[in-house]
Amino acid sequence: MKKTIITVVGKDTIGIIAKICNYLAENNMNILDISQTIVQDYFNMMMIVDMNQSDKPFAQVCSELEEIGEGIGVKVRCQLEDIFDKMHRI
Amino acid sequence: MINIYEVNETNQMIEHENLDVRTITLGISLLDCCSDRLEVLNENIYKKITTAARDLVKTGQEIEREYGIPIVNKRISVTPISLVGSAACSSPEDYVTIAKTLDRAAKEVGVNFIGGYSALVSKGMTKSDEYLIRSIPQALAETDQVCSSVNVGSTKTGIDMDAVKLVGEMVLETARLTKEQDSLGCAKFVVFCNAPDDNPFMAGAFHGVTEADLIINVGVSGPGVVKHALEQVRGKDFEVLCETIKKTAFKVTRVGQLVAQEASRRLGIPFGIIDLSLAPTPAVGDSVADILQEIGLEKTGAPGTTAALALLNDQVKKGGVMASSYVGGLSGAFIPVSEDQGMIDAVQAGALTIEKLEAMTCVCSVGLDMIAIPGNTKASTISGIIADEMAIGMVNQKTTAVRIIPVIGKDVGEIVEFGGLLGYAPIMPVNSFDCSAFINRGGRIPAPIHSFKN
Repeated sequence: MKKTIITVVGKDTIGIIAKICNYLAENNMNILDISQTIVQDYFNMMMIVDMNQSDKPFAQVCSELEEIGEGIGVKVRCQLEDIFDKMHRI
Repeated sequence: MINIYEVNETNQMIEHENLDVRTITLGISLLDCCSDRLEVLNENIYKKITTAARDLVKTGQEIEREYGIPIVNKRISVTPISLVGSAACSSPEDYVTIAKTLDRAAKEVGVNFIGGYSALVSKGMTKSDEYLIRSIPQALAETDQVCSSVNVGSTKTGIDMDAVKLVGEMVLETARLTKEQDSLGCAKFVVFCNAPDDNPFMAGAFHGVTEADLIINVGVSGPGVVKHALEQVRGKDFEVLCETIKKTAFKVTRVGQLVAQEASRRLGIPFGIIDLSLAPTPAVGDSVADILQEIGLEKTGAPGTTAALALLNDQVKKGGVMASSYVGGLSGAFIPVSEDQGMIDAVQAGALTIEKLEAMTCVCSVGLDMIAIPGNTKASTISGIIADEMAIGMVNQKTTAVRIIPVIGKDVGEIVEFGGLLGYAPIMPVNSFDCSAFINRGGRIPAPIHSFKN
């Protein structure tokens, strides 16, 4: 399966990365790369994740991650890598 | 590897600049449904559509979810019905039964429009073409999702003026039959010159006879993305302006290409084309008129508008062609009035007239689109407007179209509300001098000369 990009945007608070990472670990998903910046107090994170070992359907992972995000007041998006690759690489 | 800035740029386009894929359109050939018995024909059509398009909507939704990109419409286009029904239909009413079958099939598979209730009569009408054209008002009034089109001319054949006359009458009749809904039926009907076989956009989509049995065509969008990119280069020269449009069109089209390939793979149906048109919606910030203003016009319609649109259209194609393996359909900037807030504002400010819109259609593909005119406009005047637009397409070897709505019971200055993606429109004044002697001549305008181009 393809790689997945998870992005998190929102007000910075304690434990954002921890919550997302815990979820990924519990579901047997491997983080390949992680980068983050804080722009004007806004937390901005991107993870590249390999979900091949997990048997949860993609749509379910998306909605569960969105729910976790809502719980801590940030917006989480989960998208297949291709859309970024196609748009930004020839 | 992809970096955080690129990811943020893409998501910014989707969340704040209305980047979406406007439509995945499944083209279905109905030629193998033909029968000389009407009930059998209707049954065959229903079965073929509901089988071929069974997974279309579901697949579209899965792609939306997995890539995080909205796919606004899932649609179907079919073989022009005048061809499919010619053996079975012996009256306009017979054709209406097919329209109802198409409507029923569209509702069953969950698409929002089905196009192809069409006739191709660029050189002349057969009896069955004429029946179909005469059935259009009733068909559009008694169905919800059927879209109709008639191709009345081409560069190779000239213009069938008998069809232009008839179609003008049918536009008015459609308006009358749907007057309770502000003549909405006319929003589902378009008249073409040089109609493409693979257009995924409604109301003019049909599945041409040169196409394969099933095909996936995709229409991209993104006026908001282009507008935002141009905000960053205010005051810069044309070179920078054009480069910016080109790069942005490339990015937008790549998303369409990805969606088209995915849809094609998952449905097991070949990928046809990407239509590069910049398609606006009534949403604020999703406007082609706003791009023209960003290029430097106070309002769309000001002197310079045609040049700005020509530039925009050309750069969108240059960027888009590189991004997709197959480009087709209409591929040009759409300038519908009711579906574009900036166009509506320009009309209300008195900056934009039908005549200026007509000039703009010489340099972009689509033609006079979603224009509301007074309900008391004569059929011959509507035919005259259509003939003018067809002549532009015929002489310039390009597609042109007319989707015009005479709103029964309303006059210049009033507003008509269509709702949803169709938007709302101020009723525009029409030149009231008569052209009926011209329209009533009968016959056809010969094909233009293809040499001595000056």
